[in-house]
Amino acid sequence: MSEIKLNIDGKEVIVPAGVTVLQAAERAGIYIPTLCYLDGLEPYGGCRICIVEIENMRGFPPACSTPAADGMVVRTNTPQLQELRRGILELILSEHPHACLVCWRRHRCRPFDVCLRNIAVDQRCVICPKNGRCQLQDVVDYLGMQHYEIRLTYTPRQLQFDTSDPFIDRDFNLCVLCGRCVRTCQEVRVNGCLAFVYRGSQAVVGTAFGKPYKESGCEFCGGCVEACPVGAIMERDNKWYVLPERKVTTVCPYCGTGCRIILEIKNERIIRVRPDREGPVNQGQACVKGKFGIIDFVHHQDRLTTPLIRRNGSLEPASWDEALDLVARKLKEYKPEEIGVFGSGKCTNEDNYVLQKFARAVLKTNNLDHCARLCHAPSVAGLAQSFGSGAMTNPIEDVLKAEAIFVIGADPTYAHPVIGMKIKQATRQGKKLIVANPREIELCRYANIWLRLRPGTDVALLMGMMRVIVEEGLEDKEFIAERCENYEAFLEALKDFEPGFVAEVTEVPWEKIVEAARLYATSKPASIVYAMGITQHTHGTDNVLAIANLAMLTGNIGKPGSGVNPLRGHNNVQGACDMGVLPNVFPGYARVDDESTRARFDQAWGTSTPGWVGLTVTEMVHAAHEGRIKAFYVMGENLALSEPSINVCQEALKKLEFLVVQDMFLSETARLADVVLPACSFAEKDGTFTNTERRVQRVRKALEPVGQSRPDWWIVSQVAKRMGASGFDYEHPSQIMEEIARLTPSYGGFSYERLDRESPHWPCLGPDHPGTPILHVGKFVRGKGRFAPLKYRPSAELPDDTYPLILTTERALYHFHTGTLTRRVPGLNELRREEWVEIHPEDAERLGIKDGERVRVISRRGEVVTIARVTRRSPPGTVSMTFHFAEAPTNVLTNAEVDPVAKIPEYKVCAVRVEKAEGGPDDQGSQ
Amino acid sequence: MIRELNIQPGEITPDRKFGLERIVCFKSCVLAPVRVTDETIYGGMSPDKVRKGPLETPLSKEIYEIGGLASGKSFKAAQTGGPSGGCLPASALELGLDYESLTGAGSIMGSGGLVIMDEDSCPVDIVYFFLTFTQKESCGKCPPCRVGTRQMLECFTKGEGTVEEIDFLFNLAELVKNTALCGLGQTAPNPVLTTIRYFRDEYEAHIRDKRCPALVCRELINFYILPDRCQGCMICARNCPVEAIKGGRRMVHVIDQEKCVKCGTCLEVCPPRFKAVVKVSGEKPEVPAEPVPVSGQEVKQ
Repeated sequence: MSEIKLNIDGKEVIVPAGVTVLQAAERAGIYIPTLCYLDGLEPYGGCRICIVEIENMRGFPPACSTPAADGMVVRTNTPQLQELRRGILELILSEHPHACLVCWRRHRCRPFDVCLRNIAVDQRCVICPKNGRCQLQDVVDYLGMQHYEIRLTYTPRQLQFDTSDPFIDRDFNLCVLCGRCVRTCQEVRVNGCLAFVYRGSQAVVGTAFGKPYKESGCEFCGGCVEACPVGAIMERDNKWYVLPERKVTTVCPYCGTGCRIILEIKNERIIRVRPDREGPVNQGQACVKGKFGIIDFVHHQDRLTTPLIRRNGSLEPASWDEALDLVARKLKEYKPEEIGVFGSGKCTNEDNYVLQKFARAVLKTNNLDHCARLCHAPSVAGLAQSFGSGAMTNPIEDVLKAEAIFVIGADPTYAHPVIGMKIKQATRQGKKLIVANPREIELCRYANIWLRLRPGTDVALLMGMMRVIVEEGLEDKEFIAERCENYEAFLEALKDFEPGFVAEVTEVPWEKIVEAARLYATSKPASIVYAMGITQHTHGTDNVLAIANLAMLTGNIGKPGSGVNPLRGHNNVQGACDMGVLPNVFPGYARVDDESTRARFDQAWGTSTPGWVGLTVTEMVHAAHEGRIKAFYVMGENLALSEPSINVCQEALKKLEFLVVQDMFLSETARLADVVLPACSFAEKDGTFTNTERRVQRVRKALEPVGQSRPDWWIVSQVAKRMGASGFDYEHPSQIMEEIARLTPSYGGFSYERLDRESPHWPCLGPDHPGTPILHVGKFVRGKGRFAPLKYRPSAELPDDTYPLILTTERALYHFHTGTLTRRVPGLNELRREEWVEIHPEDAERLGIKDGERVRVISRRGEVVTIARVTRRSPPGTVSMTFHFAEAPTNVLTNAEVDPVAKIPEYKVCAVRVEKAEGGPDDQGSQ
Repeated sequence: MIRELNIQPGEITPDRKFGLERIVCFKSCVLAPVRVTDETIYGGMSPDKVRKGPLETPLSKEIYEIGGLASGKSFKAAQTGGPSGGCLPASALELGLDYESLTGAGSIMGSGGLVIMDEDSCPVDIVYFFLTFTQKESCGKCPPCRVGTRQMLECFTKGEGTVEEIDFLFNLAELVKNTALCGLGQTAPNPVLTTIRYFRDEYEAHIRDKRCPALVCRELINFYILPDRCQGCMICARNCPVEAIKGGRRMVHVIDQEKCVKCGTCLEVCPPRFKAVVKVSGEKPEVPAEPVPVSGQEVKQ
C-alpha cells in the first residue's frame, strides 16, 4: 500500500493511504477530541467535536471522516477551533447533566462529599458509574471547560431508567447520541437491534418499539456497553465499583475462538470483563458468555475450597496431604491397563502436558483421552488422512477474505459468536454465504443459499456437489494434478451419487445443490467452516473427508481466504490435542507406537513409556462398565453429563473402584468420586490456551486461588511426586512451557517471554519463526493431498415406527457445554432457563402437542421430560435439544454408537418418539 | 435541451458554446433546468433564455415588475431560498439574483424560492416561524443542528431576553452554521443571522421596549377602541370570540385586555368609516376603564 505524507500541527506524518485525518493524527500521537469515532466503525462525522482546519479546504471538516491526502496541511488546535468545539460541547452539555463537568473541583470530589453548590444528586459526575472512564470528561478536560459558564438552558430528556434486562442498564438521559452503540450493533455485530428512534431534538437510541433488549433480538454481546463513551449503557453488575485497581489481560475460558479479554479487578474480585481492543481474534468484541458469564462462576459460592475424601459414603473435607497421599497410594495399586485418565479442553496446555506426562511416565498407561473425542476426533483423523494435519487450515480472520463461505454443520452465531459475527460481517460486505443445516439457524437469514438437508446425509450432499463441479468442469485441474493424489479412485466413487439418489437421501432439491456447487466452485477463494454437525456421526470421519475432497477439488487450500476450518468447541481443546492427551500420540502428534519417538520422550522424561495404543473416552467408559478399568483420574471433565447414553456412563462411574476428580465445582461426575481435588479457575492461574486457529495465547493469573484450590498442573505434579516420580518439580508453568517447546517441534518457538509480546500460530519451529497462520501453503503437510473415495452410509439409528423422529443436538447462545459454568450465572439463566425440545408444527399437530406443554422424549436408551417448543426452526421429522441442563439430561437419549475410525459417538442423530407428559403446563407453576 | 442543442448529455455543441451534463438532484428542482456559466448558476432556464445569454435579474426588478407588493404597502424584506435562506432588506435590492451575490449578502439560492415581505411583516416573527420549521426538519445526527436549532428557538420563546442575548443568539447561529454536518444545519441559522444583521433595531425594540414595530407579535400588541371614534354599534362585541368587549348600544366599547386573545377580529369587523379599533404595540391610547356613553355626534348612516 502506498504511503502519504501530511503535515499535522507542523509535524510531518507518514501514514498509509486510505486512513482518515483523525487516524493519521492518532498515529502521530496528536490528540484530536472526539466522541463518535470508534476504531472499526465506518466514518460517521456526527459529533462534530473533531473538526480541524485544513488548508485549501472550505469550512471546518471533521477529522474522522476526511480522508488524509498527500501534502495536506492540518491544524488541530487553533483558538478558533477550540472556541467552536467548546460551543458544540456546550450544546451537548445542555442535554447532559453537567454540573460537575464544568466544575474545577471535579477531580478532587469524592462520592459522598457535600457540594456547596446545591446540585441535584442525579446531575453529579461523582455518582456516575462511568466517572473516571468517561470520554465526555476527557473531551471537557481537553477543551478546558472547567471554568466555562454554560449559558444554554439545561434541558434533560427525562427518560425512564431502563433496568428490565439482565446484565445491562440503560439510562439515555446521559446519552450524547454519538451513535457508537447503534453502529456497533449494526456494522460490527450485524445484529441491528439498536437504532435511533424519533428525529431531531427528540432523537434517542432505542430498540424497536422501545422493547427490552431481551425481546428485541439482542444477543447481549455487550458491544453497545463497550462502545458507549458515557454512562448511558452500562454493565449492571459491580457498576458502583467504578474504577478498577488493576487490569489483567487474559483469554476467555469459553469457546475455541480465543477472545482476548481484560479482567478489571478491585478488592481482589473481578468487577468487570472487557474484550481487548488489541485482541488479535476479537478486536474488542466478545459474546454474552465471555462478557457477562465469567465473574459469577469465578466468584461462585459453590467453588470447591478444600479437597474432599469419601468417608462412610459421603464426601468430607480433608487436607491436601491426606488427599494427595490417598490418591498416590490407591493409584499404585492398579495395573496400567486398569487406569483411565481424562484430560480437559478447558485446562491450559501446561495442565494437559503435565497430566499426559503423569499418565505415561508414572501410571505407564496410554488410556488417556479428553473431550476432543466427543467433538472433533474425526477432524483430527480425517484431515490428517487428507492433508497431514488435523487443525483449522486458515486463521479466523480469513472468513473476511473469502469470496464465499460454506458453513456446514455449524451454528457459529450460537456456539462461536465472535466467529459468527465475522461471517455476518462478510455477508454485509457482499460476500456469498452457503449454509447447510437441517435447522434454521440464525445464519440462514444471511445466506444466499440454505440447504436444509436431512440430518446425517452430509456425505451425499457434499459428494453431490462435487459431482456437479466435476460434470461442469469447475474443478481446479492444475491444483489437482500438481498437489493431490488418488483422484481417479475418487472420480470412480462419485459415480454412485446420481442426482436422483442424492436429492432423495438429503431431501434437498437437486437444483439447489447445483446452485450451491456452482457458487462455491466459482467464488475464489472460498472457505469451508464446519463444526460438530459434521463430526458427531458414526460416519463423522467420512464427512470430514468429503469436506477435504471438496476443498481440494476447487483448489481452496493453502491460500488466504480459503481452507477447511473446523471450529473447535472448548477454549483449549486444540491445545489439549497438541499436548498429546490422546491415547495414541505424544505431544506434537508423535505416535506412541513408533519406537524412535518413544525413545526420545523416554530419554527426556528419564523413564519408560508404554508403547501400546490406549483406549478412547468412549471405550474407557465401556471398559469401566465391563470392569476392565478400575480407576479413573478425571481432570476437569463432566463425564456424567457429556457422554452419550449417560445412564450407562453413570453406571460405569459407580462401578469404578477408585475415582479421582479435579474440578472447580462439585460437578455431576465429582459427586460420584472417591477423592475430589479443588482446582482453580482460569483467572487464578498462569498458562496458555491454543485456540481453534492454532493461536497460542497467554492466560495470566489475576487472582489468588479461592480457598485451598490449586492449579491443575500443581495437583498432578504433587500426585506424581508422591508416587515417587521425578521430573515434576515445576515451580511455574513457564518451566512446563520450556519443556513443551523442547519436546514438541510445532511449539518449538514458544516461551512465556515471547507469548507475553505476541501470540503466533503453531507450527512455530523456533524462537525466530514467525508462526504459520495458513497451513499447506505450496505443499501439503503429508506431501500430496489425498482424495478419499467415499460411500454414503446412513446413520446408525434411523427412525422407525416406534421411534419415528430424529433427535439432533444443538447449542444455546446463553449456555456452554454441560452448564457447569454458565448455569451458575443468574443472568444467563434468566435468558435461557430450561431445556426444551424444538418440534416442527406439523409433527406437533400430529402428536397433539402445544407450545409450552410438558412432553416426554423417549429413545431406546431412556427418556427425558421437558417442554415442547413448537417452531419451524426444526425441520419436519426432526426434533432438537441442547445438553446444557442437568435437570433434563439430553444425553440419556443419545446413541453411543461410534465412528469406526475416530470413535466419536453419534450425538447428532438418534431415533426418538415424543409424547405428552402427564400434567399440562399449569403444573409448572406449582412446582 | 437535447432537442434544442442537438447534443447528448456529456457532449459539447460544435461551436463549443454549450455542453450538457447530467447532475444529481440537489432538491432544487424549482431552479431546473439550470445553466452554469463559470461558477454562476442561472435557474429557471428555457431555450429562449439560454439563447439570450447571461441575465442576472436584479432583485428589485423581480419584486416590482414580476411579483410586486400590495398597493400602498412599502417593501421591507425579501427572503430567498426557502426557510433556510436569509432575509434581505431594501438596501440589498439591487443585488443580482445569482449564486455569489446572494451568498455575499448572507442568503442562499437554495430552492430558488422568493418571499417578499411588506411593512406588516415582523422579522422576528418570520425567523421564529422558519426556525420552527428547520428545527422540526433536523434529523438529530449532529449536536449543532439537533440542539443548536432548538436552543435558538428557545431564545425566541423564553420572552425574557436581554439585548446582550442578541449577540449570544448571533454567536450561536454562527456556531451552528460553521459546524453543522449537512446543508440543512449549515443554512438553518441564515434567517437569524441576516435579520440580526439587517434588522437589529427591531430585535432591540422587542426586547427593550417590549414593542413589535410591525405589530405582528401577539405577545407584544394590544387592541384598543378609541372612545372618540366608537359609535357603540356592537358589531365588534358580537364578533369577539372570547367576549372580551364590554359595552352596549351607544356606549363606548372597552376591550378587557385580560380576556383578549389578540385575534384581530374587532379590527376587521369595525366599519371602515369608524376606524375605532387600533392595533398598537408598546403604547396605550387613553381609553376609559368601563363603557361610557358615546359623546360625539352620531355619524350619519
